[in-house]
Order: sequence, then structure tokens, then C-alpha cells
Amino acid sequence: MKWKTKDGGWSPYLAGALVGLLAIASVYATTQWMGKSNYLGASTTFVRAAGLLERTVVPDHVAANEYYTREKVRVDWQFMLVLGIFLGALISSATDRSYKLESVPPIWEKRFGPSIGKRALWAFLGGIVAMVGARMADGCPSGHGLSGMMQLSAGSFVALAMFFSVGVFVAALVYGRRPS
Amino acid sequence: MSIDQMLGLITGILFGFLLQKGRVLRFEKQVGAMLLKDMTIFKFMLSAILVGMIGIALLADAGIITLSHKPMNFGAVLLGGALFGTGWAVMGFCPGTSIGALGEGRWHAVFAVAGMVAGAALYAEIFPFIKSTVLAWKDFGKIDFPEVLGVSPWVIIPFFWAGTISLFFWFEKKGL
Repeated sequence: MKWKTKDGGWSPYLAGALVGLLAIASVYATTQWMGKSNYLGASTTFVRAAGLLERTVVPDHVAANEYYTREKVRVDWQFMLVLGIFLGALISSATDRSYKLESVPPIWEKRFGPSIGKRALWAFLGGIVAMVGARMADGCPSGHGLSGMMQLSAGSFVALAMFFSVGVFVAALVYGRRPS
Repeated sequence: MSIDQMLGLITGILFGFLLQKGRVLRFEKQVGAMLLKDMTIFKFMLSAILVGMIGIALLADAGIITLSHKPMNFGAVLLGGALFGTGWAVMGFCPGTSIGALGEGRWHAVFAVAGMVAGAALYAEIFPFIKSTVLAWKDFGKIDFPEVLGVSPWVIIPFFWAGTISLFFWFEKKGL
């Protein structure tokens, strides 16, 4: 097995195993210093971000909303973790020269052309559908996929199986080799 | 910055660094997996799970940490999972990787992020309806496999390892 990939990255087995160690260290550290075991996740932060943005315009509405009240609109541990993902990816890509400004992903361009507007519209719509789904399922590939499966949570295995099987089906419809 | 926020930030930076080094942040890797052509994200994710599950089980056995299962609400994981899968395929990112993709210059991920923030706002509005319909269907609660099967996690972990390692060999053999 090679430790480096052709594009200068690390073997996904190695990088993944290190994330496993990070997940263990993180649960330990949060339990020690925050008094509560926190597991890696990302999607709740989008709820908090939405709440923070809405609060600047309609504060009373956010305060009265059941879901925002339940998830607590604030910049918490996970919110900073998500911001950290941005910084970590920036540091890694800038130092190994894999940072690349890209307007349209290559697979998308091959199928749907170079239009940024078209990509933007579909990414936005896809984002809406995905996030409604993630909040309904109570997790995303981080919260269910990594953290849930590590803990052998039954629901997380079902959630991940749904994410992926439906993803395979829809991806075949969207990017499949049909003449466009 | 509070200690909570500091801890989150440091963990996130390391997480983002490793996600980028594993090259799993890209649209090509996410969609490549769904097109069954490139299993990089599964190699990454399952490796993390293999290592993580041992440490988590040890720390939980020792009473040092507490497990935090998400409820297996049947309607929620089935319908929510299907919606997520649909959006994931079209957008080509998941919530965590969209933010990481922005960090490595794939600025088009900003549209996916904006859509997800809008989706979260929409969910906050429709939550009372979802709660009385989808979420009210069948909730099995916060169950895990050791509980369902009535065995110790240490019985399940070796099987999970064996199955996953076999899958890895198969990926490599097929050049996925």
C-alpha cells in the first residue's frame, strides 16, 4: 500500500485512520473540559448559522421558533469545528500546492457545460433538499456516518445506507451517460 | 473565545487538514463514489470508523466517556436519508465537506453552503409539521447494535473489522 497518492495527497486509509484517532481524542477532550462527550458532526451548525442570520432581521421570530429554541442558536463547539474545517483544508491545500480555484466541478462541466449559473442553481437546490433531509434524519455523513457508526448506533447504519443507496440512484440519473 | 469554542476550532482544523490530505473534499470524490467509480471517501470513512470504534468502546467501557446515540426514528432516517441522498448527489458535497472544499479553493461550494443554510431555515419553519407526521411514525429510540443483538460491542467489532478489511481488498483489486 502506498502512503502517498498520485496527486500528492495521503492514502485515504492513513488519513482516515488518523481521523479515527482524532475522533477518540476529541470525545475524550470534550468530556474532560466541557463535561459532556461531544462527537464530530456538522449539520446542526447550518441550523445555528441560519438562526444567527435570521436573527439579524427577525429576532422575535427566531426566539419563538421551536426548532431554533431546541437546537440553540449560538456559536458553540461544533460551530467552531466547522469553521476549523475550512481553515484546516486551507492550510493543507496551500502547503502542498493542491489549492485550486475552481468555478465548476469537472464532472459537472462534462455533463452540463461550463455555466456557473446553472451549477449555482442546482447546487443551491440540492443543498436545500440535502439539509432538510439531514435535519430530519438528525445527522449527516459526519454525525451519522463517522460518529454514529463508531458507536455502533443502529439508526446511523440505516441512515448511511439510505444516504448512499439513494445517492447512487440519483447520481446515475443525473450524471449517467445519456446524450444531453 | 470560550474553552468550548477553542476546543472545537482546534479539532476542526485537524479534521479539515486530514479531510483535505485524504482528498475526500472534492466534488469528484463524492460523486465518484456515488457513480461507483472511486471509493476514496469510503476508504477514508471506514478507516476512521475502524480505529474510532475501538477507542470509543474502550473509553465507554472504562466509564470515561458517555455514548451519544441518535434516535432510530424510522420515518426520519428513511425519508430524511432519502432526501439527503438526493441532494448530496446533485450538490456533490455533504455539510462538512462543502466547508472544506471552500478552504481548498473550490469556491463553487459556496452555492451548496447557501442552499444548505436555506434548507436549515426551511426545516426550522416546517419542523412542527414534520414532528407531528414523519417523526411521529415509529421511533425505536436511541438503540445500538450491542443492545439489539444482546451482545457486547467486543463481539461485533471483530466482525465489522473483518468485513471492512475484506471490502478494502476488494476495492484495491477492482481499482476503485
